[in-house]
Amino acid sequence: MKCQKCEKPATFHITDLTGEGLLELHLCAECARTYLQPEGEPAAPKMGNVIEGQLKLEQTAEELKELDNKTCPVCGISFFEFRQVGRLGCPYDYQFFQKELEPLLLNVHGSTEHPGKHPRRPTLSPEHSTEIIGLRRKLREAVEREDYEQASKVRDQIKQHEEVTRRDS
Amino acid sequence: MTVETLVQEVGEWLRGSGPESDIVMSTRIRLARNLADFPFIRRCSDIDRANIEVTVRERMCQDSELSKLEYVNVAQLDDLDRQVLVERQLISRELAEAEGARTVAIDSDERHSIMINEEDHLRIQVMQSGLDVEKAWDRINRLDDTIETHVNYAFDETLGYLTACPTNVGTGLRVSVLVHLPALVITQQIDKAFRSLNRINLVVRGLHGEGSEALGDFYQVSNQITLGKTEDDLVRRVAEVVPVLLNYERKARDFLMNENQHSVFDQVSRAYGTLQTAQQISSEEAMHNLSRVRLGINLGLIDDLDIAVVNRLFVQMQPAHLQKLTRKIDSSSQRNIERANYLHAQLKSQTKSSDDN
Repeated sequence: MKCQKCEKPATFHITDLTGEGLLELHLCAECARTYLQPEGEPAAPKMGNVIEGQLKLEQTAEELKELDNKTCPVCGISFFEFRQVGRLGCPYDYQFFQKELEPLLLNVHGSTEHPGKHPRRPTLSPEHSTEIIGLRRKLREAVEREDYEQASKVRDQIKQHEEVTRRDS
Repeated sequence: MTVETLVQEVGEWLRGSGPESDIVMSTRIRLARNLADFPFIRRCSDIDRANIEVTVRERMCQDSELSKLEYVNVAQLDDLDRQVLVERQLISRELAEAEGARTVAIDSDERHSIMINEEDHLRIQVMQSGLDVEKAWDRINRLDDTIETHVNYAFDETLGYLTACPTNVGTGLRVSVLVHLPALVITQQIDKAFRSLNRINLVVRGLHGEGSEALGDFYQVSNQITLGKTEDDLVRRVAEVVPVLLNYERKARDFLMNENQHSVFDQVSRAYGTLQTAQQISSEEAMHNLSRVRLGINLGLIDDLDIAVVNRLFVQMQPAHLQKLTRKIDSSSQRNIERANYLHAQLKSQTKSSDDN
């Protein structure tokens, strides 16, 4: 007898009491395990768990430490911070952490390519986007060290960029 | 529109119309979008957040359609008003609890809302009564196009729309269908039904999303993946699978009526009776009993109450709504008394037989 859910031989014969009466199932070991898995199994994999699982599989402790210290030059987020909170810091992170994110994307989505909707008009180039985000970080850092002269310079640079992007849109 | 006027009524999507509305309360779709020239929220300074909020709002207001939305500054609301917006699903808990500049733009019929500075810079959502994923997708797609003419989205040719969390990248799309499944709960088949959904990459959550309880036997069914499929594919998958779940629920309802009618009539009547006579009632108990009453109306066991009233009461029984409606800011035990009083008054004025008198 074949399994009712796949082509393998059925080795489990389950009789289940359901609202509509008795339900008879003939399944292979694998399909039976899925069918009988404990109730309340978490549905969506939690971001943190997925990342942890991924890392343990592929990295030694030393490599992991090195990876954790890897920091995006644009927004300043470390891989450790991303791993902790499950959120990236800027669009450039997808490029900068590409190698680390790829297995994660495959695990969650089963794919690394978007076949769907595209914006109708060209958006900012990655270089342009990265440059403005970098300037915003410079501005914050200048304000933090109370270097107002530098802050004012950077602010003007950002304004120039904003005028260009506004004209584009 | 003020929060005070909001609580008196409910949004268009709760009117209880639309396809399959005996089981499906609503279909909602959200799109996660980010601006290309700002860091994601996690790495935003206070200045960045304020900038995003002002930039997006100003640009949206240049559009003839988008300028008609009501822009609510969430940062300036008090906790109670924020909670009201969460209970109505106009904003997420995340936006309510966040800090810094944040806004929600709401359509006057509550058919769509746009959150600014949530987990992503923009969270666009549309609500539709009943099961109508294609229509919801059509509406949000056009809304997204309109917003896109005014801002630069972070988009990558390979990965699609870039989001703060890699679980949303690609389409940034989540379809959620809110279903009422009391018969599957009563017949204890709910977990089994959901296990079969999990196997095909659909997720089930409680009423208010991730980690929330299934109050009043309401569940949200949504897609898990956002990358590697087109929006049409993702939407179609949900449109195809939800009817299977509805079929389970209908079979369970038939089973109850054929095999157990006395017992289910008893449960429904007791629930209705409790709502009409209880002197104090918690939000959970009210939701539980409203769920049974809703089932009773759908099974034809209660014929003097309109389902739209029950749908509205589900929303109004929640703590923040009740506090707004009764204007009492007392202890939770006082609130339970107010809730019972409000229910009595509503059920008395809304039952059809009392209209005849």
